[in-house]
Amino acid sequence: MSFLELQNVTKIYPNGTKAVNETSLNIENGEFVVFVGPSGCGKSTLLRMIAGLEDITSGDISLDGNLINNIDPSERDVAMVFQNYALYPHMTVFNNMAYGLKNRGISKEEINNKVNDVAKLLEIDQLLSRKPSMLSGGQRQRVAMGRAIVRNPKIFLFDEPLSNLDAKLRNQMRLEIKKLQRQMGVTSIFVTHDQTEAMTLGDRIVVINNGVVEQLGTPKDIYSKPNTKFVAEFIGSPQMNLFNCKIENGVATIDNKKINLDKSINIEDACIGVRPDDIQISENGQYSSVANLVEYLGSEMIIYSTIGNQQFSCKLSSKIELKAEENFNFDIIPSTVHVFDNNTGLRV
Amino acid sequence: MIRNFSTAINHLILAIGLLVMIIPVWIIFASSTHTSLFINTNGLQFFLGDNFLENYSRVLYKKAGFFNEITALKMFLNSFIMATGIATLSVVTSLMAAYALVYFQIKYASFFFWLIFITLLVPLELRIMPSYLVMSKLGLVNSYIGLILPISASAIATFFFRQFYKSIPEELLEAAKLDGTGSWKFFIDFLIPLSKTMIAAVFIFMFVFGYNQYLWPLIMTTTEQYWTVVMGLKTMYGSISDRFAFVIMSMVPPIIIIVFLQRWFIQGIFQNK
Repeated sequence: MSFLELQNVTKIYPNGTKAVNETSLNIENGEFVVFVGPSGCGKSTLLRMIAGLEDITSGDISLDGNLINNIDPSERDVAMVFQNYALYPHMTVFNNMAYGLKNRGISKEEINNKVNDVAKLLEIDQLLSRKPSMLSGGQRQRVAMGRAIVRNPKIFLFDEPLSNLDAKLRNQMRLEIKKLQRQMGVTSIFVTHDQTEAMTLGDRIVVINNGVVEQLGTPKDIYSKPNTKFVAEFIGSPQMNLFNCKIENGVATIDNKKINLDKSINIEDACIGVRPDDIQISENGQYSSVANLVEYLGSEMIIYSTIGNQQFSCKLSSKIELKAEENFNFDIIPSTVHVFDNNTGLRV
Repeated sequence: MIRNFSTAINHLILAIGLLVMIIPVWIIFASSTHTSLFINTNGLQFFLGDNFLENYSRVLYKKAGFFNEITALKMFLNSFIMATGIATLSVVTSLMAAYALVYFQIKYASFFFWLIFITLLVPLELRIMPSYLVMSKLGLVNSYIGLILPISASAIATFFFRQFYKSIPEELLEAAKLDGTGSWKFFIDFLIPLSKTMIAAVFIFMFVFGYNQYLWPLIMTTTEQYWTVVMGLKTMYGSISDRFAFVIMSMVPPIIIIVFLQRWFIQGIFQNK
C-alpha cells in the first residue's frame, strides 16, 4: 500500500461544478509530486481535499495506511504552505512557527529548540522577533515554510507558494525547496501552473485538466512521451508545434510534403506534434518558410513562422544567422515526431 | 509665494475652528475657578482665579438631589459603571455576534444580520415603555444591571466587526485549522488580537454613548442613589461657580477614556501594518 492513496476521488461543489472527477493516485513515501495544470483545473481543490480543507464528495483518501476522509485537518498531520503565506499578522515570526506546536501541547523548551533549529536551517534566525509586516516577500515565504517544517508533518502541501515572488527570487526559492525536501525526505505535493516549476521540482508530475488526470509520470516521461494532445501542448516552452494532417499507411502529409512515420497507421484527422527544438534547419531541407518574427533570447532564439496555413515556432542556437523576413529551409525528423488522434486527443 | 499664502489661509481657518471649539470651554473653566460672588458681579471670566481647589472639592462632596441622598462623586461612579458596562458588554456581544455571522456558515446569516441591523431604526426612545416593562418585571429597576442591559447590544458595532472579519483572508483560518485551532481558540487567539484597534474604537464610541444617556436612567431609577452625571447636570442647583465646576468635571471621564484608548488605537494601527 502506498503512503498516500487517492481512490476515485470526486469533488462536486454545491453549485454543481465538478472540480475533480474520479481521480486515483498513489504517492510513495518521500516522493516529491507536482500537480500542474491551467488555472481552474482542480489541482488546488485536490490538494485542499488532501489537507482536509475541502469535503470529499465521493472516493477515499488514505494517508500512511489510515483512511482520512473524515478526519479533522488538524489531526491529519499535514502542513500546508499557502499562496499568500497566511502568516499570522499579529504574532512574531517565532510565535508563527511555535503556534502549531503549542496547540499540540509540546513543552516550551522543546518548542524553543525546534523553532531555533528550523530558523537556522532557513536562515531566518535573525528575524524571529519581527512581525510578518516587517518582512520582505522572500522572508515571508521562508517563515511560511518554517511553520510547515517545524511541525515535522507526514506530508507537505504547497499551494502555488512561489507565485507571489519576483522571477529571480522564485528561481532561488525553487532550488531551496527542492534541496530542503531532499534533505528531510518528507513526502511533498506541490501545486503550480508553472511548467518550469513542475519540471524542475517534481520526482513525478501529475498533469491535470478539467478535473481529470491527463498524465502521471516523471518529468522526462511527460516531456518525451506526452500521453495526450493537452499534455503535449501544456508542457514545454515554447509549446509543441501541432500540425493537423491526414495519415495514410504511415505517411503524414503536411503542406503537400510527405513524412514517413515508422508505424503503419491510417488516421483521417490526425495531429503531428514536433517540439520547437526538434525542428532542424538545413540548407537543403524539405520545407521552406519565411521567418515572420525572431525572438532573441541570448544563447537561443525562437523563430515564428508558418507552413501552409499552420503556425509553428522553432528554437535555434542564436549562432545561426537568421533575421526576420528571411527565408529558411528545415526538416521534420520522423523519429522526433509525436502523433495524436484529433478525435480522442490521445497519443498514437 | 502663492503656496505660502494658501498655507497661511489654511492655518488661519484651522485656528479659527479651534478657537471656536475651545474658547467656550475655556471660559467655563476659567469662570469655575472664581467665587460665585465675583462672577455675579463681574460676568464670565477669561483668566483663572484662585478658588480652583476650594470650588471643586466642595462640589465633589456636596450632597445634592431633592433628598440630599447623593454626592457628585457618587454620580461619577454611577456614570462610570454604567458607561463602562455598556461599552464592555457591547464590545463582547457584537464581537461574538459578528463571529457567528461570518464564520459559522449559518443558514440565512445575512438575513439575521439585517435583522440585527434593522434595530438601528428603532431608537431607545421609541421602545422605552416596553423596555421599562421588561426590566421592571425582572425586578431590575434601580440597579446597575437595569441601567446597562437594555442598551448593551449594538447593531452598528456588530456591523463594524462583521465587515472587518469579512476582510480577513480565508487562508488565515485554514492555516490556523491545520495548526490545530478550534473555533473558540481561533476567536481568542486570532480575531480578538486582530481587531484590537477596532475594539478600542468601538469601546470609546459606546462609552461616550453610555455616558451621555439621559432618558433611560431617568426612567429606570427612582432613588437618587442611581443618579448619573448627565441627570445631575440637568437637575443641578447651587451657585454659578459650582455649576461650572460640575460641567467641567463631567467632561473629564470621556476625555480620559479617549486619551487612554487612543494610544492603544494608534499603536495598533502601526503594529498591524
